[in-house]
Amino acid sequence: MTATPARVERVHVRPADLLTSWARRNLWMLGLLALLVFLLALTKFIQPTYGAIALQGLGTSVLPLALAAVAQAIVVISGGIDLSIGSMMALTSVVAATAMDGQSEQFGVLVVAGVLFLGLVLGAINGGLVVATGVPDIVVTLAMSFVWAGSALLVRERPGGGASTWLGNLVVGPLGIDWVPKAVVVLIVIVAVIWIPISRSRFGLSTYAIGSSRLAAFRSGVPVGRTKVLAYALTGLFAALAGLSLTASTSIGSPVPGPYTLESVAAVVLGGVSLAGGRGGVFGPMVAVVILQLIGTDLTFLNVDPNIAFVAQGVILIAVLMSARVVEVWRTRA
Amino acid sequence: MTVEARADRPGRTVAARNLFRDRPVIPLTVLLAVLVAVIELADPGIVNPNWVSVVVRQTVPLAILAGCQVLTMLTGGIDLSVGAVASMAGFVSATLVNGWGLPAAIAVPLAVAALAGLITGIGVGLFRVHPLIMTLGISFVVLGLSNVWQLQMVQTGAGVAPALRTLGSATLFDLVPLSFLVFVPVMLLIILSLRRTGYGRLLYAIGDNPVAARLSGAKSWQVLIVLYTISALLAGIAGLLLSGLTNTASVALADSSLLPSVAAAVIGGTSIMGGRGGYGGAIVGALILTVLSALLTVLGLPEASRQVVFGAIIVAVAAAYTRVTDQA
Repeated sequence: MTATPARVERVHVRPADLLTSWARRNLWMLGLLALLVFLLALTKFIQPTYGAIALQGLGTSVLPLALAAVAQAIVVISGGIDLSIGSMMALTSVVAATAMDGQSEQFGVLVVAGVLFLGLVLGAINGGLVVATGVPDIVVTLAMSFVWAGSALLVRERPGGGASTWLGNLVVGPLGIDWVPKAVVVLIVIVAVIWIPISRSRFGLSTYAIGSSRLAAFRSGVPVGRTKVLAYALTGLFAALAGLSLTASTSIGSPVPGPYTLESVAAVVLGGVSLAGGRGGVFGPMVAVVILQLIGTDLTFLNVDPNIAFVAQGVILIAVLMSARVVEVWRTRA
Repeated sequence: MTVEARADRPGRTVAARNLFRDRPVIPLTVLLAVLVAVIELADPGIVNPNWVSVVVRQTVPLAILAGCQVLTMLTGGIDLSVGAVASMAGFVSATLVNGWGLPAAIAVPLAVAALAGLITGIGVGLFRVHPLIMTLGISFVVLGLSNVWQLQMVQTGAGVAPALRTLGSATLFDLVPLSFLVFVPVMLLIILSLRRTGYGRLLYAIGDNPVAARLSGAKSWQVLIVLYTISALLAGIAGLLLSGLTNTASVALADSSLLPSVAAAVIGGTSIMGGRGGYGGAIVGALILTVLSALLTVLGLPEASRQVVFGAIIVAVAAAYTRVTDQA
């Protein structure tokens, strides 16, 4: 820093400039939100009866994947990737459903706390193995996905179990007025309470730092290994939340991992998180999940084969990334 | 490997390390032999020519899919679309054989697979989309289109071509699986291209140091487009064999082989970071996974514990590799 305070004072920053620079930094997020609003309007246009009830259903159905996307976003920001999220969700979901089956509502609270702790431990094991062995993240978490899915099968061979009533009520229906789906509020509260303080803490900064440049972070005195393990543990915590939301919305636990792992990777990338690490946030991926779900809904309303929705998801994923690349090349040439 | 051992016999440890790093096939074959010995101990008499034939038959599709992973991983990529592409090939073939005949039932799926690979290659090579994401997106597209095709084909019905069933599950002289005869040329082609051709060298070069490769005049986008087309073609062949082996035509046939194919390549000593590895190790890796699975079945472990052990072994082997190759 060569600038003296006197020089700094003379630089006038106009509010408009601040706004444009903020908009430029959050271009991707703004684009996603615009797309979301457009899709909501489009849905209402295609299906005039689309209203509060449908919105509540949307909230409940996106909750597991949205939480899985947050989980994936955190580990990707730290420069890793977790291919065991779907399996961790299955494991935490069956543990919750098995423990809560036929028990009192109060006991359910204890189970939820226990399952969240379990998620932290599972994630910490993933991260610990990555750090201790030095094996690439993708290989370790791929192998651990077998371990966690197998453990889920050990807990419960076929779908079943039960969930406390309050847990189910937490994610189904509206909150106060009809237009506010409870699941969306739950999602925002969870992320706001857990992620926002963490992302602003020293640990949050370290997470971005090791993702951005491991070596630079190490040389700046960031405890790289510890930060990585903590980031994985946090991912495990969100995977457990996603697993709990599965149990809550279905009232059972299924030991078979859903398509959440790969879908979460897709959502994270669409949500503006760089797979190289160090860039992005958790809100983009959450919005991306809702967008993907809405596209599916719209295609169903248009009487299109639901499988085409799956194709559309792949095409959008590819098209968005290709156009991002084209824009990047175009910008550097300009 | 303890610190004392390293201090006492530096020469021997280094030699062992170099062996592990440069010729992973040798220690892996030892591991395979140990597994076979254990399975023979667990169930005396199980290991006979017939058993070997069954193991080989089951390994061939996985080994071909592992080839896709080796080739793409050498350039620092990965191919997550092999499961969807292989399933698609097997399924499309089964729907076509009754109406269009066998040649079309083999050529069309492979052509579709190659097209999917070409698109992947263009995305990875020209548009520089991360291979993980590009192949993931393509797998969504292929799976979705396969499902659409399935709905179209509900009326006509589908059955695996008898020729493919023979190819996938029959044996020559009751001993050599026919699919192995398909596998040998594929294997030789991959190994020889990697070792002896300029294209093989380019794959290693791009994975090892993309910048150096570019400065040396390698056109990496061309290499990548060809690479992902080859990978999808291999996946298509594996899918045809797999549908013949299991005699099922399903759009989810090979999905469960995706992660094991990556695991086989990793166990076989191919680095996911690119530039290091080979196909020989991956073949032994695929054999190890198949034998391990058989062993766990013989030991009477339920599917659940089998998965846990499976995962634990992959981590252990990968950790051993990293330890050996990083410190050497």
